[in-house]
Amino acid sequence: MSIIELFKQYFSYPFVRYAFVVSVVISLSASLLGVTLVLKRYSFIGDGLSHVAFGAMAVASVFKMINNNVIVLPLTILAAVFLLRTGKNAKIKGDAAIAVCSVGALAVGYLIMNVFSTSANVSGDVCSTLFGSTSLLTLTKNEVVFSVILAIIVISMFVFLYNKIFAVTFDEDFANATGVNADRYNLIIAILIAVVIVMGMNLVGSLLISALVIFPALSAMRMFNNYKGVVICSALIAVICAVVGLLLSIVLSTPVGATIVTVDIFVFILSCISCRR
Amino acid sequence: MVYISCRDLKLGYDGEVVTENINFDVEEGDYLCIIGENGAGKSTLMKALMNLNKPMGGEIIFAEEIRKNEIGYLPQNKDFQRDFPASVEEIVISGTLSKCGLRPFYSKKDKKTAEENMKKMNVYDLRKKCYRELSGGQQQRVLLARALCATGKLLLLDEPVTGLDYKVTCEFYGLLSDLNKAGVSIVMVSHDLDEAMGHSNKILQIGREQVFFGSKNDYLLSESWRAFHQHHSDHCKANTNIRSRNSEE
Repeated sequence: MSIIELFKQYFSYPFVRYAFVVSVVISLSASLLGVTLVLKRYSFIGDGLSHVAFGAMAVASVFKMINNNVIVLPLTILAAVFLLRTGKNAKIKGDAAIAVCSVGALAVGYLIMNVFSTSANVSGDVCSTLFGSTSLLTLTKNEVVFSVILAIIVISMFVFLYNKIFAVTFDEDFANATGVNADRYNLIIAILIAVVIVMGMNLVGSLLISALVIFPALSAMRMFNNYKGVVICSALIAVICAVVGLLLSIVLSTPVGATIVTVDIFVFILSCISCRR
Repeated sequence: MVYISCRDLKLGYDGEVVTENINFDVEEGDYLCIIGENGAGKSTLMKALMNLNKPMGGEIIFAEEIRKNEIGYLPQNKDFQRDFPASVEEIVISGTLSKCGLRPFYSKKDKKTAEENMKKMNVYDLRKKCYRELSGGQQQRVLLARALCATGKLLLLDEPVTGLDYKVTCEFYGLLSDLNKAGVSIVMVSHDLDEAMGHSNKILQIGREQVFFGSKNDYLLSESWRAFHQHHSDHCKANTNIRSRNSEE
């Protein structure tokens, strides 16, 4: 049986099609924001937030919510706003605040899962929240629709605010002095990041989501030297890596999220070798 | 036409007063140089004029037509955004954003403004180049073009020639002077006394409080100028001595 026929057969299953759609839209939205995050030196906020999302997920699973996102999304957005605020003028400086949030949420989340969980396989639950391993293939139609709607919101916000995001990222002081409200756009960026991270929890799990955010942007920055080029290239890389990673993971029966991230890393290394900037 | 007038301004941060009793006006067509010792609060004053921080006392009154959207700003030539992938074109046109309001994309008019200003600042041929690949002088001209996209009325500059060599510095001041003659008001923080005395028409000297404000000609006759100039050249001499001693060792 040829590879193409094999894929045809796989794609006849709805759960594979769901996984395909979700991984493409999530990678796309993550990569668009990634460029901004990397350039604003916020790469680590993604990581911190994903751990907060893990903690929130633990709380949600204790309450046995029908839809975990009702708790996870608002909590993560709150954390994003908080981290952004402390970046500027709090007693705990930006990077320390991220570290505090991230390990704190991780520890408390794991504790809650262990103490309150009724599931027989706690370490399995933890593992799938951290690495997203199997949950991608058990997506329901509602979850797919939810991801697609969030992705449409994130991507259209990004497109409509593209010029302002550029100005605020490049030179915040100038933007402020000329009457562009930088704080407002920073807040919007933070909220969008939080949304992307919660979406990504399903795909690659909370530990690996920052890879989806950072790697395509870093690779693109080595290939292009204007902002528009970098943004478009980063989006393309992300989508291609997501598709290739998903197909590979099906053929090799490896964990989906980890495979996609590995393909991203591979592209990054390629770009490092081929374009010396 | 008075663009900005400052009354009894008291500036500082974290509750510490840096400088106070600041009173001055910026009028249409002015070329005002703000001078003073290091740490006298020149940059703090600049930030206050740009609404980036609030004064601790007193007030800054902007003319109706200036408000926020008609101020162009040129930051210190710091080493900022070294790895930022942005073309000259993208940076210059971002200056027009203040006029976009809620409109998400640039209009034809914005693109034309950007093009004109790039030509004026002689960076049009570099428009596809990446900002980080330019020389220091070119970078400052790009930022000046961006500032001109934001306004044709008032430019605020904070030590714009730091780190530029002598020739490029002269060229840059020439550009500023041309702009000023074409009707753009300029407010510049400078530690370059020769330049401050060269093109400007007004001087503001600040220390713990305002030392002098008035026309350049009055300043040149004043006691504050003699003291400041003396101190400044002593300082320069001392630096040169230290440097030559170091090189001997």
